[in-house]
Amino acid sequence: MAQLTLPKNSRIQGGQEWKAADNAARTKIVKVYRWHPDSGENPRVDSYEIDADRYGPMVLDALIKIKNEIDPTLTFRRSCREGVCGSCAMNIDGHNTLACITAIDDIEGDIRIYPLPAMRVIKDLVPDMTHFYAQYASIQPWMKTETPAPPDHERLQSKEDRAELDGLYECIMCACCQTSCPSYWWNPDRYLGPAVLLQAYRWIVDSRDEATGERLDELEDPFKLYRCHSIMNCASVCPKGLNPAKAIADIKRLMLARQ
Amino acid sequence: MNYRMPIKDAKGLGSAHHGTGHWWLQRLTALALVPLMFWLVIGIAANTGAGYGVAVAWLAHPVNAVLMILLVATLFYHASLGLQVVLEDYVSHAGSRFAAIVAVKLVAIVLGTAGIFAVLIIALGD
Repeated sequence: MAQLTLPKNSRIQGGQEWKAADNAARTKIVKVYRWHPDSGENPRVDSYEIDADRYGPMVLDALIKIKNEIDPTLTFRRSCREGVCGSCAMNIDGHNTLACITAIDDIEGDIRIYPLPAMRVIKDLVPDMTHFYAQYASIQPWMKTETPAPPDHERLQSKEDRAELDGLYECIMCACCQTSCPSYWWNPDRYLGPAVLLQAYRWIVDSRDEATGERLDELEDPFKLYRCHSIMNCASVCPKGLNPAKAIADIKRLMLARQ
Repeated sequence: MNYRMPIKDAKGLGSAHHGTGHWWLQRLTALALVPLMFWLVIGIAANTGAGYGVAVAWLAHPVNAVLMILLVATLFYHASLGLQVVLEDYVSHAGSRFAAIVAVKLVAIVLGTAGIFAVLIIALGD
Protein backbone atom coordinates (compact mmCIF):
# COMPACT_ATOMS: atom_id res chain seq x y z
CA MET A 1 0.00 0.00 0.00
CA ALA A 2 0.94 3.62 -0.14
CA GLN A 3 3.51 4.51 2.48
CA LEU A 4 1.96 6.86 5.03
CA THR A 5 4.85 7.26 7.47
CA LEU A 6 8.37 8.37 6.70
CA PRO A 7 11.11 5.75 6.70
CA LYS A 8 13.32 5.84 9.84
CA ASN A 9 16.20 7.66 8.16
CA SER A 10 13.88 10.40 6.86
CA ARG A 11 12.28 11.38 10.18
CA ILE A 12 12.98 14.99 10.97
CA GLN A 13 14.76 15.95 14.17
CA GLY A 14 15.16 19.26 15.94
CA GLY A 15 18.06 21.34 14.69
CA GLN A 16 20.22 24.30 15.57
CA GLU A 17 18.84 27.70 16.51
CA TRP A 18 20.30 31.06 15.61
CA LYS A 19 19.11 34.14 17.51
CA ALA A 20 18.80 37.60 15.96
CA ALA A 21 20.86 40.48 17.33
CA ASP A 22 19.43 42.07 20.51
CA ASN A 23 18.65 45.33 18.72
CA ALA A 24 16.54 43.59 16.03
CA ALA A 25 13.36 45.60 15.52
CA ARG A 26 11.03 43.14 13.76
CA THR A 27 12.07 39.53 14.16
CA LYS A 28 10.83 36.63 12.10
CA ILE A 29 11.81 32.99 12.48
CA VAL A 30 12.79 31.04 9.37
CA LYS A 31 12.70 27.26 9.86
CA VAL A 32 14.61 25.39 7.17
CA TYR A 33 14.85 21.66 6.38
CA ARG A 34 18.47 20.58 6.47
CA TRP A 35 20.00 17.30 5.35
CA HIS A 36 23.57 16.47 4.43
CA PRO A 37 24.11 13.26 2.44
CA ASP A 38 27.55 12.58 3.98
CA SER A 39 26.67 13.19 7.62
CA GLY A 40 24.84 9.91 8.18
CA GLU A 41 22.35 11.85 10.31
CA ASN A 42 18.61 12.23 9.93
CA PRO A 43 17.26 15.45 8.43
CA ARG A 44 16.72 18.31 10.90
CA VAL A 45 14.98 21.66 10.91
CA ASP A 46 17.25 24.61 11.70
CA SER A 47 15.73 27.79 13.01
CA TYR A 48 17.08 31.20 12.01
CA GLU A 49 15.73 34.28 13.75
CA ILE A 50 16.11 37.23 11.39
CA ASP A 51 15.45 40.96 11.57
CA ALA A 52 12.84 41.35 8.82
CA ASP A 53 13.66 45.05 8.45
CA ARG A 54 17.24 44.25 7.44
CA TYR A 55 16.21 41.70 4.79
CA GLY A 56 14.87 42.05 1.26
CA PRO A 57 11.15 41.54 0.72
CA MET A 58 11.12 37.97 -0.58
CA VAL A 59 11.79 34.60 1.03
CA LEU A 60 14.69 34.07 -1.37
CA ASP A 61 16.23 37.33 -0.12
CA ALA A 62 16.10 35.90 3.41
CA LEU A 63 17.68 32.60 2.32
CA ILE A 64 20.50 34.41 0.52
CA LYS A 65 21.10 36.69 3.50
CA ILE A 66 21.08 33.71 5.87
CA LYS A 67 23.62 31.92 3.66
CA ASN A 68 25.81 35.04 3.41
CA GLU A 69 25.70 36.19 7.01
CA ILE A 70 24.60 33.38 9.32
CA ASP A 71 25.18 29.90 7.90
CA PRO A 72 27.17 29.38 4.67
CA THR A 73 26.42 25.63 4.70
CA LEU A 74 22.76 26.23 3.76
CA THR A 75 22.20 24.88 0.24
CA PHE A 76 19.47 25.83 -2.21
CA ARG A 77 19.02 26.50 -5.93
CA ARG A 78 18.39 30.00 -7.22
CA SER A 79 19.18 31.97 -10.33
CA CYS A 80 16.98 34.71 -11.80
CA ARG A 81 15.34 35.90 -8.51
CA GLU A 82 12.32 37.16 -10.50
CA GLY A 83 10.11 34.13 -11.18
CA VAL A 84 11.22 33.22 -14.69
CA CYS A 85 13.79 30.46 -14.17
CA GLY A 86 12.00 28.15 -11.72
CA SER A 87 15.19 27.22 -9.83
CA CYS A 88 14.07 28.23 -6.32
CA ALA A 89 10.93 26.08 -6.25
CA MET A 90 10.46 24.82 -2.69
CA ASN A 91 7.74 24.16 -0.14
CA ILE A 92 7.17 27.39 1.79
CA ASP A 93 4.53 27.54 4.51
CA GLY A 94 3.08 24.24 3.31
CA HIS A 95 2.73 25.43 -0.27
CA ASN A 96 4.95 24.64 -3.25
CA THR A 97 6.06 27.92 -4.75
CA LEU A 98 9.02 30.02 -5.86
CA ALA A 99 11.00 31.58 -3.00
CA CYS A 100 11.84 34.60 -5.15
CA ILE A 101 8.25 35.76 -5.62
CA THR A 102 6.90 34.86 -2.16
CA ALA A 103 6.86 37.91 0.11
CA ILE A 104 8.08 37.42 3.69
CA ASP A 105 5.34 39.73 4.96
CA ASP A 106 2.62 37.61 3.32
CA ILE A 107 3.48 34.70 5.63
CA GLU A 108 1.92 34.74 9.08
CA GLY A 109 4.03 33.33 11.92
CA ASP A 110 7.21 31.37 11.30
CA ILE A 111 8.39 30.76 7.74
CA ARG A 112 8.72 27.00 7.27
CA ILE A 113 10.80 25.98 4.27
CA TYR A 114 11.13 22.40 3.01
CA PRO A 115 12.33 20.95 -0.30
CA LEU A 116 9.71 20.04 -2.91
CA PRO A 117 7.81 17.00 -1.63
CA ALA A 118 8.08 13.47 -3.01
CA MET A 119 11.48 14.03 -4.61
CA ARG A 120 14.77 12.53 -3.44
CA VAL A 121 16.77 15.19 -1.62
CA ILE A 122 20.33 15.80 -2.77
CA LYS A 123 21.12 18.27 0.02
CA ASP A 124 19.02 20.66 2.13
CA LEU A 125 16.51 22.32 -0.24
CA VAL A 126 17.90 20.76 -3.42
CA PRO A 127 15.74 17.94 -4.83
CA ASP A 128 16.83 15.46 -7.49
CA MET A 129 15.00 16.48 -10.69
CA THR A 130 16.58 13.76 -12.89
CA HIS A 131 13.46 11.63 -13.37
CA PHE A 132 11.27 14.69 -13.87
CA TYR A 133 13.52 15.97 -16.66
CA ALA A 134 13.69 12.49 -18.21
CA GLN A 135 9.88 12.35 -18.24
CA TYR A 136 9.88 15.76 -19.92
CA ALA A 137 12.33 14.48 -22.55
CA SER A 138 10.11 11.41 -23.10
CA ILE A 139 7.28 13.56 -24.53
CA GLN A 140 9.73 14.91 -27.14
CA PRO A 141 9.17 18.61 -26.41
CA TRP A 142 10.19 19.99 -29.75
CA MET A 143 8.40 20.74 -33.01
CA LYS A 144 7.97 17.69 -35.25
CA THR A 145 6.93 18.29 -38.85
CA GLU A 146 6.74 16.51 -42.17
CA THR A 147 6.69 19.78 -44.09
CA PRO A 148 10.22 21.22 -44.52
CA ALA A 149 10.73 24.67 -43.02
CA PRO A 150 10.18 27.51 -45.52
CA PRO A 151 13.56 28.61 -46.87
CA ASP A 152 13.09 32.33 -46.35
CA HIS A 153 10.92 32.78 -43.28
CA GLU A 154 9.67 31.16 -40.07
CA ARG A 155 6.78 28.71 -39.90
CA LEU A 156 3.80 31.05 -39.68
CA GLN A 157 0.86 30.84 -37.32
CA SER A 158 -2.41 32.80 -37.24
CA LYS A 159 -3.08 35.00 -34.24
CA GLU A 160 -5.89 32.64 -33.18
CA ASP A 161 -3.60 29.60 -33.36
CA ARG A 162 -0.93 31.45 -31.41
CA ALA A 163 -3.51 32.30 -28.74
CA GLU A 164 -4.00 28.56 -28.18
CA LEU A 165 -0.54 28.50 -26.61
CA ASP A 166 -1.41 31.14 -24.00
CA GLY A 167 -1.52 29.60 -20.56
CA LEU A 168 0.87 26.86 -21.73
CA TYR A 169 4.04 28.50 -23.04
CA GLU A 170 4.53 30.40 -19.76
CA CYS A 171 5.38 27.16 -17.90
CA ILE A 172 8.91 27.34 -16.48
CA MET A 173 9.18 23.68 -15.41
CA CYS A 174 9.74 24.53 -11.74
CA ALA A 175 7.95 21.29 -10.71
CA CYS A 176 5.77 23.01 -8.09
CA CYS A 177 2.65 21.43 -9.62
CA GLN A 178 4.31 18.09 -10.33
CA THR A 179 5.35 17.58 -6.71
CA SER A 180 2.06 18.84 -5.25
CA CYS A 181 0.05 16.16 -7.07
CA PRO A 182 -0.98 13.18 -4.89
CA SER A 183 -1.28 11.01 -8.00
CA TYR A 184 2.33 11.84 -8.79
CA TRP A 185 3.34 11.02 -5.20
CA TRP A 186 1.85 7.52 -5.50
CA ASN A 187 2.94 6.70 -9.07
CA PRO A 188 5.89 8.90 -10.05
CA ASP A 189 7.49 6.06 -11.99
CA ARG A 190 4.70 5.88 -14.58
CA TYR A 191 2.41 8.92 -14.25
CA LEU A 192 3.81 11.81 -16.30
CA GLY A 193 2.44 14.42 -13.89
CA PRO A 194 0.85 17.84 -14.42
CA ALA A 195 3.92 19.76 -15.59
CA VAL A 196 4.95 17.20 -18.21
CA LEU A 197 1.36 16.75 -19.44
CA LEU A 198 0.89 20.52 -19.73
CA GLN A 199 4.08 20.62 -21.82
CA ALA A 200 2.81 17.68 -23.89
CA TYR A 201 -0.42 19.56 -24.60
CA ARG A 202 1.60 22.65 -25.52
CA TRP A 203 2.96 20.65 -28.50
CA ILE A 204 -0.29 18.81 -29.25
CA VAL A 205 -2.17 22.09 -29.64
CA ASP A 206 0.59 23.89 -31.59
CA SER A 207 -0.79 24.57 -35.08
CA ARG A 208 2.67 24.11 -36.63
CA ASP A 209 3.36 20.69 -35.12
CA GLU A 210 2.46 17.77 -37.42
CA ALA A 211 2.82 14.85 -34.99
CA THR A 212 -0.42 15.39 -33.05
CA GLY A 213 -1.70 11.82 -33.53
CA GLU A 214 1.62 10.23 -32.60
CA ARG A 215 1.79 12.42 -29.49
CA LEU A 216 -1.73 11.34 -28.45
CA ASP A 217 -0.79 7.70 -29.17
CA GLU A 218 2.13 7.95 -26.77
CA LEU A 219 0.02 9.53 -24.02
CA GLU A 220 -2.94 7.12 -24.20
CA ASP A 221 -2.10 5.01 -21.20
CA PRO A 222 -3.85 4.30 -17.88
CA PHE A 223 -0.78 5.53 -15.99
CA LYS A 224 0.94 8.15 -18.18
CA LEU A 225 -2.25 10.23 -18.56
CA TYR A 226 -5.24 8.78 -16.73
CA ARG A 227 -3.74 8.96 -13.23
CA CYS A 228 -5.01 12.57 -13.25
CA HIS A 229 -8.15 12.63 -11.12
CA SER A 230 -8.67 16.40 -11.32
CA ILE A 231 -7.43 16.94 -7.77
CA MET A 232 -6.43 20.47 -8.87
CA ASN A 233 -3.46 20.92 -6.50
CA CYS A 234 -1.46 21.71 -9.63
CA ALA A 235 -3.62 24.72 -10.48
CA SER A 236 -3.69 25.97 -6.90
CA VAL A 237 0.11 26.02 -6.46
CA CYS A 238 1.34 27.10 -9.92
CA PRO A 239 3.43 30.23 -9.25
CA LYS A 240 2.76 31.38 -12.80
CA GLY A 241 -1.02 31.08 -12.37
CA LEU A 242 -1.36 28.35 -15.01
CA ASN A 243 -3.89 25.50 -14.97
CA PRO A 244 -2.26 22.14 -15.77
CA ALA A 245 -5.50 20.31 -14.84
CA LYS A 246 -7.27 22.10 -17.68
CA ALA A 247 -4.52 21.14 -20.13
CA ILE A 248 -4.87 17.50 -19.03
CA ALA A 249 -8.66 17.69 -19.42
CA ASP A 250 -8.09 19.06 -22.94
CA ILE A 251 -5.85 16.08 -23.75
CA LYS A 252 -8.57 13.71 -22.49
CA ARG A 253 -11.10 15.58 -24.65
CA LEU A 254 -8.92 15.05 -27.75
CA MET A 255 -8.53 11.36 -26.86
CA LEU A 256 -12.30 11.06 -26.88
CA ALA A 257 -12.67 13.09 -30.08
CA ARG A 258 -10.57 10.61 -32.05
CA GLN A 259 -12.32 7.47 -30.80
CA MET B 1 26.41 1.49 -9.54
CA ASN B 2 23.41 2.42 -11.62
CA TYR B 3 24.42 2.68 -15.25
CA ARG B 4 20.89 3.08 -16.62
CA MET B 5 20.07 6.31 -18.39
CA PRO B 6 17.19 8.26 -16.77
CA ILE B 7 15.20 8.22 -20.04
CA LYS B 8 15.16 4.39 -19.88
CA ASP B 9 13.07 4.48 -16.67
CA ALA B 10 10.98 7.46 -17.78
CA LYS B 11 9.92 5.64 -20.96
CA GLY B 12 9.42 2.37 -19.08
CA LEU B 13 7.47 -0.20 -21.06
CA GLY B 14 5.94 2.47 -23.28
CA SER B 15 2.33 3.41 -23.81
CA ALA B 16 -0.44 0.82 -23.37
CA HIS B 17 -2.45 2.63 -26.11
CA HIS B 18 -5.66 2.26 -24.13
CA GLY B 19 -7.34 3.85 -21.13
CA THR B 20 -9.71 6.25 -22.87
CA GLY B 21 -12.50 3.65 -22.97
CA HIS B 22 -12.10 2.90 -19.27
CA TRP B 23 -12.16 6.61 -18.38
CA TRP B 24 -15.13 7.38 -20.61
CA LEU B 25 -17.23 4.37 -19.49
CA GLN B 26 -16.63 5.28 -15.84
CA ARG B 27 -18.14 8.71 -16.48
CA LEU B 28 -20.94 7.39 -18.68
CA THR B 29 -22.01 4.78 -16.09
CA ALA B 30 -21.88 7.46 -13.38
CA LEU B 31 -24.30 9.57 -15.42
CA ALA B 32 -26.57 6.58 -16.08
CA LEU B 33 -26.66 5.83 -12.35
CA VAL B 34 -28.13 9.26 -11.51
CA PRO B 35 -31.66 8.57 -12.87
CA LEU B 36 -31.48 4.89 -11.92
CA MET B 37 -30.70 5.68 -8.28
CA PHE B 38 -33.49 8.29 -8.22
CA TRP B 39 -35.87 5.60 -9.45
CA LEU B 40 -34.62 3.13 -6.82
CA VAL B 41 -34.95 5.58 -3.92
CA ILE B 42 -38.46 6.59 -5.01
CA GLY B 43 -39.40 2.92 -5.48
CA ILE B 44 -38.16 1.93 -2.03
CA ALA B 45 -39.86 4.95 -0.45
CA ALA B 46 -43.13 4.06 -2.16
CA ASN B 47 -42.96 0.51 -0.74
CA THR B 48 -42.05 1.56 2.80
CA GLY B 49 -44.16 -0.35 5.28
CA ALA B 50 -45.67 -2.55 2.59
CA GLY B 51 -45.42 -6.28 3.04
CA TYR B 52 -43.12 -8.77 1.28
CA GLY B 53 -45.78 -9.65 -1.29
CA VAL B 54 -46.33 -6.01 -2.34
CA ALA B 55 -42.59 -5.40 -2.71
CA VAL B 56 -42.13 -8.56 -4.80
CA ALA B 57 -45.12 -7.61 -6.97
CA TRP B 58 -43.61 -4.13 -7.47
CA LEU B 59 -40.28 -5.62 -8.58
CA ALA B 60 -42.02 -8.19 -10.82
CA HIS B 61 -43.58 -5.40 -12.87
CA PRO B 62 -41.76 -5.45 -16.26
CA VAL B 63 -40.68 -1.77 -16.11
CA ASN B 64 -39.30 -2.12 -12.58
CA ALA B 65 -37.62 -5.45 -13.38
CA VAL B 66 -35.87 -4.03 -16.45
CA LEU B 67 -34.76 -0.91 -14.56
CA MET B 68 -33.48 -3.04 -11.66
CA ILE B 69 -31.46 -5.26 -14.01
CA LEU B 70 -29.98 -2.14 -15.66
CA LEU B 71 -29.20 -0.66 -12.26
CA VAL B 72 -27.46 -3.80 -10.96
CA ALA B 73 -25.42 -4.20 -14.15
CA THR B 74 -24.43 -0.50 -14.30
CA LEU B 75 -23.69 -0.32 -10.59
CA PHE B 76 -21.32 -3.28 -10.48
CA TYR B 77 -19.64 -2.30 -13.74
CA HIS B 78 -19.10 1.24 -12.46
CA ALA B 79 -17.85 -0.04 -9.10
CA SER B 80 -15.33 -2.38 -10.71
CA LEU B 81 -14.03 0.42 -12.98
CA GLY B 82 -13.71 2.80 -10.03
CA LEU B 83 -12.14 0.31 -7.62
CA GLN B 84 -9.60 -0.60 -10.30
CA VAL B 85 -8.49 3.03 -10.44
CA VAL B 86 -8.25 3.18 -6.64
CA LEU B 87 -6.13 0.01 -6.55
CA GLU B 88 -3.88 1.28 -9.36
CA ASP B 89 -3.39 4.49 -7.37
CA TYR B 90 -2.61 3.08 -3.97
CA VAL B 91 -1.26 -0.47 -4.33
CA SER B 92 2.30 -0.06 -5.54
CA HIS B 93 3.39 -3.71 -5.46
CA ALA B 94 2.72 -4.99 -9.00
CA GLY B 95 1.73 -8.53 -7.97
CA SER B 96 -0.68 -7.43 -5.21
CA ARG B 97 -2.14 -4.79 -7.53
CA PHE B 98 -2.82 -7.38 -10.24
CA ALA B 99 -4.34 -9.89 -7.80
CA ALA B 100 -6.55 -7.25 -6.16
CA ILE B 101 -7.88 -5.97 -9.50
CA VAL B 102 -8.69 -9.50 -10.69
CA ALA B 103 -10.43 -10.22 -7.36
CA VAL B 104 -12.51 -7.04 -7.62
CA LYS B 105 -13.61 -7.90 -11.16
CA LEU B 106 -14.55 -11.46 -10.19
CA VAL B 107 -16.54 -10.29 -7.17
CA ALA B 108 -18.33 -7.67 -9.31
CA ILE B 109 -19.22 -10.29 -11.94
CA VAL B 110 -20.47 -12.79 -9.32
CA LEU B 111 -22.52 -10.23 -7.37
CA GLY B 112 -23.88 -8.61 -10.56
CA THR B 113 -24.91 -11.97 -12.03
CA ALA B 114 -26.52 -13.06 -8.75
CA GLY B 115 -28.45 -9.78 -8.53
CA ILE B 116 -29.74 -10.03 -12.09
CA PHE B 117 -30.62 -13.70 -11.57
CA ALA B 118 -32.63 -12.79 -8.44
CA VAL B 119 -34.60 -10.14 -10.35
CA LEU B 120 -35.29 -12.62 -13.17
CA ILE B 121 -36.60 -15.23 -10.72
CA ILE B 122 -38.97 -12.66 -9.19
CA ALA B 123 -40.10 -11.29 -12.55
CA LEU B 124 -40.40 -14.57 -14.47
CA GLY B 125 -41.05 -17.02 -11.62
CA ASP B 126 -44.36 -18.84 -11.00
